[in-house]
Amino acid sequence: MGVVQGDQMVLNIGPQHPSTHGVLRLQVRTDGEIVSEIKPYIGYLHRCFEKHSENVTYEQVIPFTDRCDYVASMNNNFGYVVTMEELMEIKVPDRVEYIRVIMAELNRIASHLLALGTYGLDVGAFTPFLYMFRDRERILDIFELTCGARLLYNYMWVGGVSHDLPKDFERICIGFLDYFEPKIKEYNDLLTHNKIFLERTADVGVLPPDVAINFGVSGPNLRGSGVNWDVRKDEPYSIYDRFEFEIPLGEGEFGTVGDSFDRYWVRVCEMKESIKIIRQAIKDLPDGDVFQTIPKKIRPPKGSIYRRTESPRGDLGYYIISDGSPIPYRVKMRSPAFTALSSLGEIAQGWMLSDVIAILGSLDIVLGEIDR
Amino acid sequence: MTVDTLMNWFAKLGDFPELAFILAVLICAVPVFLFIAVYALVAIYGELKISSFMQDKVGPMGQGVGLHAGKWGLLQPVADALKLILKEDIIPTSADKKLFILAPFIVFIGAFIAFAALPFNQNIIIADMNIGIFYILAVSSLGVIGLIMAGWSSNNKWSLYGAMRSAAQIVSYEIPAALSIIVVIMLTGTLSMQGIIQHQSGFVWGILPNWIIFQNPFTFLAFFIFFISGVAECNRTPFDIPEAESELVAGAFTEYSGMRYAFFFLSEYANMFIVSGIAVTAFLGGWQSPIPGILNSPAWGLWWFMSKAMFLIFVMIWFRWTFPRLRVDQLMNVCWKGFTPIAMVNIFGVGIWHLMLG
Amino acid sequence: MTSTEIKETLDRQFPGSVIENIDLAENQLELKPDQWLEIATFLKNEPGLSFDQLECVTGIDTGEDGPLQSRYNFHSMEHRHKIEVVISLDRNNPKVASIEQVWRVGDWFERETYDMFGIIYEGHRDLRRILCPEDWEGWPLRKDYEAQETYHGIVVPKIKEEEWE
Repeated sequence: MGVVQGDQMVLNIGPQHPSTHGVLRLQVRTDGEIVSEIKPYIGYLHRCFEKHSENVTYEQVIPFTDRCDYVASMNNNFGYVVTMEELMEIKVPDRVEYIRVIMAELNRIASHLLALGTYGLDVGAFTPFLYMFRDRERILDIFELTCGARLLYNYMWVGGVSHDLPKDFERICIGFLDYFEPKIKEYNDLLTHNKIFLERTADVGVLPPDVAINFGVSGPNLRGSGVNWDVRKDEPYSIYDRFEFEIPLGEGEFGTVGDSFDRYWVRVCEMKESIKIIRQAIKDLPDGDVFQTIPKKIRPPKGSIYRRTESPRGDLGYYIISDGSPIPYRVKMRSPAFTALSSLGEIAQGWMLSDVIAILGSLDIVLGEIDR
Repeated sequence: MTVDTLMNWFAKLGDFPELAFILAVLICAVPVFLFIAVYALVAIYGELKISSFMQDKVGPMGQGVGLHAGKWGLLQPVADALKLILKEDIIPTSADKKLFILAPFIVFIGAFIAFAALPFNQNIIIADMNIGIFYILAVSSLGVIGLIMAGWSSNNKWSLYGAMRSAAQIVSYEIPAALSIIVVIMLTGTLSMQGIIQHQSGFVWGILPNWIIFQNPFTFLAFFIFFISGVAECNRTPFDIPEAESELVAGAFTEYSGMRYAFFFLSEYANMFIVSGIAVTAFLGGWQSPIPGILNSPAWGLWWFMSKAMFLIFVMIWFRWTFPRLRVDQLMNVCWKGFTPIAMVNIFGVGIWHLMLG
Repeated sequence: MTSTEIKETLDRQFPGSVIENIDLAENQLELKPDQWLEIATFLKNEPGLSFDQLECVTGIDTGEDGPLQSRYNFHSMEHRHKIEVVISLDRNNPKVASIEQVWRVGDWFERETYDMFGIIYEGHRDLRRILCPEDWEGWPLRKDYEAQETYHGIVVPKIKEEEWE
């Protein structure tokens, strides 16, 4: 494909390729190993989320949000229901809020584990991937216990959640956290502080803060560039203002601020912060009825709303327009991985082919969310 | 001295030297081939199991009756081999057919003929040439031609990338490897494999084996340079950039399937054994027992040689499941800016040490 | 700065560009499309506003004969304030200036909106479809969209029309 000019070669990475994290095609112009131009082609996983949403009722949109970012479904549910509740001015009971935060943070850990594990794979380390999947499995077990599903939960509903917490949940969850916390050190020993891993990631694919903001990059990728921006802290939704947690920022420990290592490292630190939040939430978990405020009929008033929440990948925005009927007039999802991928062409230029894979992995994209 | 022994034996039967030579070589080739095949099955099983234990899983397992991989998954490598043999042989239409078919065999021949000079014990060596180690170094680089042929003839960009990378890598890492071997040759004064081993007999202070690795600090370093370069020549992680599954799909082997792929696979494992074999012979005393005075019979010699070689192969497997992969330029930096100068200095170091203290 | 202040600043700098629209919420403001690129540059570079982050670009079809809208959500990392800009465009000739070179993230957002609504962003350097195939016909998220019957010989399944209540 494409025209070959002089000594350059056009190479298609994907759509079927081991490390495109889904179905993505990168058209790469290379001069030997050096990559001079990258054009991402997306849309291979386009499932018409927005068009579907205009044909189903508000509650039926929730399973579709699951399927957008299938690695962090809870967070996608969360964003949608928070936006809907703000539009409908529903105040949910405290217990629901706490349950949602616990689930969202657990899912954040699970999502980061997948991101870090596959990142290890991208740079050639196979074993950390399996370690991380082993622990991710435990989180999925907790989800299964709670709502019966392991990947696509449809757990959070407008005004409540689909199931109350199972008996003994606190003990199981704390048990997991106690088990998981020391494991982070294990990952660091195995992968993070490995000399080869540092060589491969430090100083590679630097994303300066101003470029990151200009490209709309968000979440751990933005914080990796040293920008202190976390929706949970800066525009608190749900009950995030009740918890104490830090926002880890990239410091350029082994290279430049905003390199692949910083993005990786921010995710490792965020897992620790999520553990903190979950511990606080479980400690304060109040009693109550979780189905109390679920509306019989979802018929939001006429109007529009844009709200963003912090998904593991960054600012997840929902733009919902209601015309007063039970069917949404328009649902737009602003997906964080979409903007992150759009910056790839800029930051991966001039690096080697192997680095392009490493940089792509460090952006932690989920194609389901990009293509929707 | 197996070939020579056989030829002498044939000579008694009649005067037909050419035919006797061919017969002797063929008779020797069959057990070597069988050895490689069996060894590869063991090594693959080892790799599966070792990687599984490292990754907190059990690996291939079979329980009870029924169609499964046998007790502890012992039949898994056999099943893998059968699958590869029975698979459809696909040759891409746009491939250069002749080269495409030839490539896996050249790669395999490079590994196969190197076995001729490996001393398994006092007696088992196909040909104890007086240039043994030189011969192995020479023929084991034949494989790279096969890899380039595979990459070029596949008519696939990934394959080409893999081939170019592996050519650059193997040719570069030959140099520190050969320079480290020169250290051994300087000390022993012979190129013959058995001669090098004979030189290492005996013990220092009665306990420490008189192996070349222990003879002085420079040889100690030389062993590691040789071994790591050897890992790089085998294209194993952390130097597996020619295959680099997350970047190049499968590198030079992308278009290969079935039997032809199996040959590449087999030669990778055969190469691991050769590298370990040379390292054992040149630095670790070959088939000699590490315990003073005992267990030095030919049968034990075979055992010592195999266990030393298998230990080094285990280390390679250990590397593979622990380390990430280097980038191509970092790989070259390690070779040209790190190993080659150190190996050079080593030669002088060993020479001076030998003059002053030897 | 509050939304009202931002509105006033814009009105002062570009008189007549802000359209009064009572249907819009408090944090939204409607602008005329003609001066959009200048206003966008001003939004980004004016120190008091400094909207350095373009959060989202949303296309909206307001129905039957209504205009198409392109909505932009801006956020300022520095001042932590936000605003939503609404630009209404003629349904039959939806053209608006591209802000892709002001906020680079606009590149893909505008391509997506073009892909779904057929809004043409003038001055965009690479305005192609992004999610749908290059040769797809029609603009899927417009309310009057009808899917093509076949695509390269593949039958496109129709969405079942069901009545809700």
